[in-house]
Parts: sequence; C-alpha cells; structure tokens
Amino acid sequence: MIKRDLVIIGGGSAGMAAAIEAKKNGIDDILILEKDGVLGGILNQCIHNGFGLTEFKEELTGPEYLSRFAEQVEEMGIEYKLNSLVLDVTENRIVTYSNAEDGVVLVEAKAIVFATGCYERSAGAIQLSGDRCSGIITAGTAQKYLNIHGFLVGKRIVILGSGDIGLIMARRMTLEGAKVLCVSELMPYSNGLNRNIAQCLNDYNIPLYLSRSVLRVEGKSGRVEKVVLAAVDDKMKFIPGTEMEFECDTLLLSVGLVPYVSLLDKLHAEMSSTRGAKVNDQLMTSIPGVFACGNCLHVHDVVDFVTDEGRDAGRGAANYIKGLSEKKKHIAIKPGNGVSYVIPQFIETDLNNDITFKFRVRKPVKNVFVNFKSGDQLVNKVVKPVLIPSEMVMIKLNKDKLTNLPIDEIEVSLEER
Amino acid sequence: MKELTCIVCPRGCRLTIDDNLNVTGNFCPRGAEYAKNELTNPKRMITSFMRVKNRENCVVSVKTSVAIPKGMIFQVMEEINHVGVDAPTRIGDIAIKDVLGTGADIVITKNIK
Repeated sequence: MIKRDLVIIGGGSAGMAAAIEAKKNGIDDILILEKDGVLGGILNQCIHNGFGLTEFKEELTGPEYLSRFAEQVEEMGIEYKLNSLVLDVTENRIVTYSNAEDGVVLVEAKAIVFATGCYERSAGAIQLSGDRCSGIITAGTAQKYLNIHGFLVGKRIVILGSGDIGLIMARRMTLEGAKVLCVSELMPYSNGLNRNIAQCLNDYNIPLYLSRSVLRVEGKSGRVEKVVLAAVDDKMKFIPGTEMEFECDTLLLSVGLVPYVSLLDKLHAEMSSTRGAKVNDQLMTSIPGVFACGNCLHVHDVVDFVTDEGRDAGRGAANYIKGLSEKKKHIAIKPGNGVSYVIPQFIETDLNNDITFKFRVRKPVKNVFVNFKSGDQLVNKVVKPVLIPSEMVMIKLNKDKLTNLPIDEIEVSLEER
Repeated sequence: MKELTCIVCPRGCRLTIDDNLNVTGNFCPRGAEYAKNELTNPKRMITSFMRVKNRENCVVSVKTSVAIPKGMIFQVMEEINHVGVDAPTRIGDIAIKDVLGTGADIVITKNIK
C-alpha cells in the first residue's frame, strides 16, 4: 500500500482545478487518477468554442481550455496516472486503482476529492418505446465518435432532447454533411442555452418541436428507419392524432445528465436530490475527508463554474488535511418554493468569509425575489429578472448574515414580485 | 424592430434592434456590436477537425481565428475537410492561412505529440 496526502479521482476540469488549488494551499503529496489516456475529461471532445469567458475573459474551445490547466498540472509537478481506473474507495480512505503498468494498487489517503463527472441518460432510462435497433445513441457518444475519432454516426438524424449537447451536435453533424431533421423536446421550453438555439438550430433552419416526444422508433431491419413523434399534454401523456413521422437512420438522445457517483454510493454518503452527494461549505460529503465537486456533485452548464468549484474542493481538502476544518455549527440549507436544489446542503465551518449558494429553479420564472429565510427571519432578499432551470444561479452571502439565526436552518425560495 | 438572441457568450441576452441600429437588452457592448453585424454582415466562428495524415485514425480540432461570413460556412467546411495536417501539432499553429480569402486562418486547437 502506498500513501498520499490527497487522492483526486478524475482528471477533468474539476479534478485538475482541485489539484492545482490544493498544491497552492501547501499540499504537495497529490495523486490524480484519470481513467482516460489524457487529462481534461469531457472537454477533449467539446471542440466548439465558448469556454473560459469567466476564467480567462476569452472564448476558448474545450481542448484549449483544458490545456491551460493540464500545463499547470505539469508545471507544478503534480503526479497523475492515466488509463487508471478506480475500483474501490473505503470509508477509511483507501483507494484501489488499477492500470496496465502498476497492476492493482492500494493508496491510503488523508483526503479524497471525487471529480468523476456525470453520465448521459440512455434509451432505457427514458423507457423509449419501439424497436431495439442500432442507430439509437446518446449525443455525447456521437460527439466522441465524431470529434475524437472522426466518424459520423448517421446521415439523417432526429434528436430527442434540447439540452446543450444535443443542440451542439445538431450543428456539428450538419456541418459534417448530415441532415438533422428536427429536435424534439418533451418540456414546453428548451433546456439548452438561448445562444445554442440561435446559433445551432436557427442558423441551419433546424426545427425545434416543444412539448413533443418520441412515440416509437421503427427499425425492423436492425437499423433505425423511422422515428414517430407525438405531442404531449400537460401531464406528459401523448395526444392521439398528433403524430409526425421522420424517415431517418439515427436517433440522438440528449435527455439529461446524471452525476456519476457509484463509488460514493457504495460508501453510503448522504445523497441529495441532485443525485450527487450532500456537501458542506467546504464541499465535504457526509464521509469525513471525502470531498466532491464538478458534475459529480451537480450537473453544471458552464465549465468555468466547474473549475471554480474544483478549486473550492481543493481548498477544502487542504484545510481538512491541515486540521483546520473543525465543525463549529450545523446549519441545514433547504430548497423551498420553486427551487429544485441548493448547494451546499450544510454550513458547518467558519472558514469562508462568503458562502456562495448555488441553485436551480424548477421552471422558468420572471421578476422574482429569491428569499433566504431562517424560520420567520428574512436573512437576505435578492431580485432576479429572469431565472431558467438550465442556468445555475449563484448568490453570495457574507458570513455575518449567518450568525444569530433563530433556527439552524435556511430555506431558499422564490417569491413573485 | 427586430428581436435577436445574442450568441457572443453563454449569457444569451435577448436583444432588440431598430431600423436606426439602436440596440437594447444587451448586457455588454459586444452584444450591441453583434446585433449591428447580424443585420448588416452576419458572421460565425467555425470549429471542426482536420485529418492528421501521419497518424492512423487521428483527427485534430481546429477553429477559425475570427468569425467568417455566415454564407461561406459550408465552403470553408469543405476546405477544412480536404486539407490535412501532420503531427505533431501545437495549439495556435496555423493549418490554413486566410481560408478562401475570408481573412480568417484555420488554427489548431489541440496539442498532438
């Protein structure tokens, strides 16, 4: 068994930022474990631009953005292992990984940061009905085939789900010569960024059908031949007589992302409605010394915020290793009216001067107050003109506002103006 | 009066522009510039990949150095698709200079050893 101060699981944007920040905070003995053959995670396949506006005040492509952090990891001499899969993590922080060179290795760590990212919901997860044929593929997988390996997965495409990956792929496949027939979205609004609807769909006259989903897939030959869409009512039930048929060879699914937490689950870490772990103001889970950040904590829409969260976890882990993160209180943070989740779920230390609350709204709203209430006491009130579920909201509170609360709980809720 | 969604950054401001090119709804000056260009000469950045000739099954990601006229997107794509590059590549290397006279270079965005 080898020993390390800090083991970081995942060498993507969150993991690299956590490692760099921990090193800056005096932790030298760090090991990043990355299952892919390169650092950078999902950004390797995100060759489009739009990354880094907050971080660098520049608009970079994914590979350019990740290379700035990968170079820092190299320059700072932070150890990382590629092609290394973590098999197990125990409560007393023993990490088991394996790769072709080292075999199976046990690492005893003082702290662990989970930066394992997220995975795509699949056909099974949405109970897609119809033939089980080839040509049904998640948008991210199609993106990897195209942008990393140079293979176009189909020529006539229907896309289900209007998340950003689906929109980005609609444009990418169109540019590479495929015909994207439409994007179908179950909800009455898109889950993608406005700019992506403008520049990925409208620019190429690709229709977006809202409140419509796939009624069935037809593909008796073994490959997708036809996709039938139908409108849904407000209870998400198909409305008879609204069928639209599309002859195509591929159905791309962009129907949501889920934090990848199987190892954290096994540790019985307390889980939240984000399907990631519950964390405190240091991004520590309910397992002492085990931290989580990035898309395995909650799915982000902007990578710059993933980087920032990675730093918070790196700092949190460094504080823990140095014995600074003693728990002094326990304030529970709860989502209230109109809010689907809030991170962090607990405030336990006095280490941060400001606490940034990150949350998402349940549905698009205009002109609302965001209220932070502790019992009957209004702790803070913020006006927001527009909030939509696809954009994470961040509101900073000074820790002075969090003293003398009537109860050990703060509820974040929306109120109409 | 025309309504547009700004594509300059992920914020995606909803812009309106009138016949005298007065822009409202923009969070930053780049939004106003975008709206004016969109009415007079719309341009887009293109990102794609090029074949790496001296590596098996290998592609390298590229981008236009500046936005190109919207009407030339598919011509530029064709150009990108039939020119290849040789590894090693460095971020910032120019793969095609002044592609089709647009004034934009095709720039490598990934390091390949």
